[in-house]
Amino acid sequence: MDILNALVAFLNFVFVPALAYGSQLALGALGVTLIYGILRFSNFAHGDTMAFGTMVTILVTWWMQSVGITFGVLPTALLALPFGIAATAAFALGTDRVIYRFYRKQKAAPVILVMVSLGVMFVMNGIVRLIIGVEDQNFADGGRFLISAGDFKEMTGLAEGLAIKGTQAVTVVTAIVVMGLLFWFLQKTRTGKSMRAFSDNEDLALLSGINPDRVVQITWIIAAALATIAGVLYGLDKSFKPFTYFQLLLPIFAAAIVGGLGSPIGAIAGGFVIAFSEVMVTYAWKKVVTYLVPESMAPDGLVQLMTTDYKFAVSFAILILVLIFMPTGLFKGKSV
Amino acid sequence: MNRNLALFAGVALLFVLTGVFQSWNLALSILNLSLISAIMALGVNIQWGYAGLFNTGIMGFAALGGLAVVLVSTQPVVEGWQAGGTGILAGLFLGAASIAAAIFAYNRLPKGRVRTWGTLAIVVGGFFLFRAVFDPAVTAVEAFNPATAGNLGGLGLPATLAWPVGGLLAAGAAWAIGKIALGLRSDYLAIATLGIAEIVIAVMKNEDWLARGVKNIIDMPRPWPVPYEVQLQQSAGFVDWATRWGFDPATASSIVVKLCYVAMFGAVLLAVIWLSERALNSPWGRMMRAIRDNEVSAAAMGKNVTRRHLQVFILGSAVVGIAGAMYTSMNGMLAPGEYNPLRFTFLIWVMVIVGGSGNNWGAVLGGLLIGWLWLIVESVGPAVMGALVAGLSDGPLKTHLIDAAQHMRLLTMGVVLLLVLRFSPRGLIPEK
Repeated sequence: MDILNALVAFLNFVFVPALAYGSQLALGALGVTLIYGILRFSNFAHGDTMAFGTMVTILVTWWMQSVGITFGVLPTALLALPFGIAATAAFALGTDRVIYRFYRKQKAAPVILVMVSLGVMFVMNGIVRLIIGVEDQNFADGGRFLISAGDFKEMTGLAEGLAIKGTQAVTVVTAIVVMGLLFWFLQKTRTGKSMRAFSDNEDLALLSGINPDRVVQITWIIAAALATIAGVLYGLDKSFKPFTYFQLLLPIFAAAIVGGLGSPIGAIAGGFVIAFSEVMVTYAWKKVVTYLVPESMAPDGLVQLMTTDYKFAVSFAILILVLIFMPTGLFKGKSV
Repeated sequence: MNRNLALFAGVALLFVLTGVFQSWNLALSILNLSLISAIMALGVNIQWGYAGLFNTGIMGFAALGGLAVVLVSTQPVVEGWQAGGTGILAGLFLGAASIAAAIFAYNRLPKGRVRTWGTLAIVVGGFFLFRAVFDPAVTAVEAFNPATAGNLGGLGLPATLAWPVGGLLAAGAAWAIGKIALGLRSDYLAIATLGIAEIVIAVMKNEDWLARGVKNIIDMPRPWPVPYEVQLQQSAGFVDWATRWGFDPATASSIVVKLCYVAMFGAVLLAVIWLSERALNSPWGRMMRAIRDNEVSAAAMGKNVTRRHLQVFILGSAVVGIAGAMYTSMNGMLAPGEYNPLRFTFLIWVMVIVGGSGNNWGAVLGGLLIGWLWLIVESVGPAVMGALVAGLSDGPLKTHLIDAAQHMRLLTMGVVLLLVLRFSPRGLIPEK
């Protein structure tokens, strides 16, 4: 029995990675849910929007590194992030002006807009692959660890180490700041309030003189910013590969639906629910269990519910359970 | 009608030009893949055009069709079966039984804490029971000769039989997913099917006992009556015939093989299109369109909307499964790694939209046209890009641009889809 070591192992292998991953998913799901709330369709291009923003950020990061600009212990990518956000927001506004606006004026069915977003997804995917290629790109620099496993062991004298990567800390802090800003914006500012009004009841919002075009534009800018931040954080934490970003669609959608489509607070909760279940189900608990049970009962196997290859199955299973038992999600979202 | 004939003639001309200017081998292999894509597009059109169901899991159903080829036509691995065949079957049975028991308990027990905990207990207990029986059997099966086998193999039946079986497998998956996601709002089906497709691929990649996972299964038997090139080249009669007509026997043999496939795929395509046209013009087809155009009024007329949606979802997925089986049996190998949603799901959607949703001939035209475009860009694209950048000095930029040419087709497909949706939303051959 060694509860302390078990706890540290749990924190190291489950809690910290899931917290970082959950922050990334939550930011992605916030973008999906905002688009859904205001524009009323599921944006299949969101994963590729993340990839696009990350790509621009990576290119600017490389340029900065080549001219010798760094951000000290923090990753240079954070300095390049505003450029990525600006480019992605410009792209999103452009697609809205050229493509989505036409269907909005026509009051097209949501499923048509979903298809249009498929077209946008293809285009963005093509652009990203054309510019940066399909390979893995690693662009993290700055301090590797906030606490390394070795230092932690020395400090505490425990057998288990707790390593917190610099990127994980950056992810969580950035996510908290961004979410705080977003909620302040939605709750306190005039524009944010008009967005919520528009999301709750379009007709009443129009009647009270809210300019729909402006609301839509702000939504695209915010969604592009969220997508870029989520993408860059994911890329810093793991690595950047266009196809992985496309595949992130599933957990992100699952997070948004679990929370309740259209509900920002739900998107955050959903992101963490998905991330923690994914990590906990696919983690091999052998180490933790060995610390907790008497030596004679130590497990032989990995004590793993599912191999990591099935992480999609976890998001999917949660999605299905929510669809069956609470179709509007944890925080009463919309159901059109 | 004349316009439609002209469109088909135009597409035929594209294939002929490919044959004349590139090679007939290339033209025929593009045609074969396009025919398969056209059948998949027909399946999607049944779901989208007849009923307005948005399925983004085409890749998964196609892969299930491919799995059927392995399960039906490869030879059984006797040692694998002896090592753990019964264990795997028993494990799968236990898993299915506990899911069924959980559903039964949920439906029958009175609402409340007993039901919640009872159902949960059955699910959790069933999962551990399943793992306890299943895991050792899998380890035993995969231990046998992992370099060439490590799986259970198939039934050793004729490969052509795998096509309908592929349809059945896909239909089964469609039933399960449709039961859950149909009747909810439209985007949910899209997201649920996107997920099921990823999971099907994940299972096929990781369950080595089933179809060797990413180690792939190669050299599967050809469907009857397609001959092997080597056999043809060895048969004196064929070589004689080829030389008499002035062909090189090697080229001629591969063209004959491809023509056999063209005939078989064409026959399946015509059968599917005949059946779907009959269905579309029957009372059933009118009912489906009535449901699609106004669910509320169709329900008021006493039509069971959810059941009809489930039915049409299963039918469409089965057609996709058949096409998926044809694809795998033509390749003679199953490689789960090659299934990519952009190619196997979203490209098919481009075909349906471009061709004309709701119209079977439109879906076929779209399948042939986009299929041709997609594959010809693969072979011509780098050459065109090479010519474009010929003036540039050699360097990383030039290499990058030539390498990137293959990604141009994603961009092209996206632009084509957006243009059609905007300027001709009813497609090349609109619904009547």
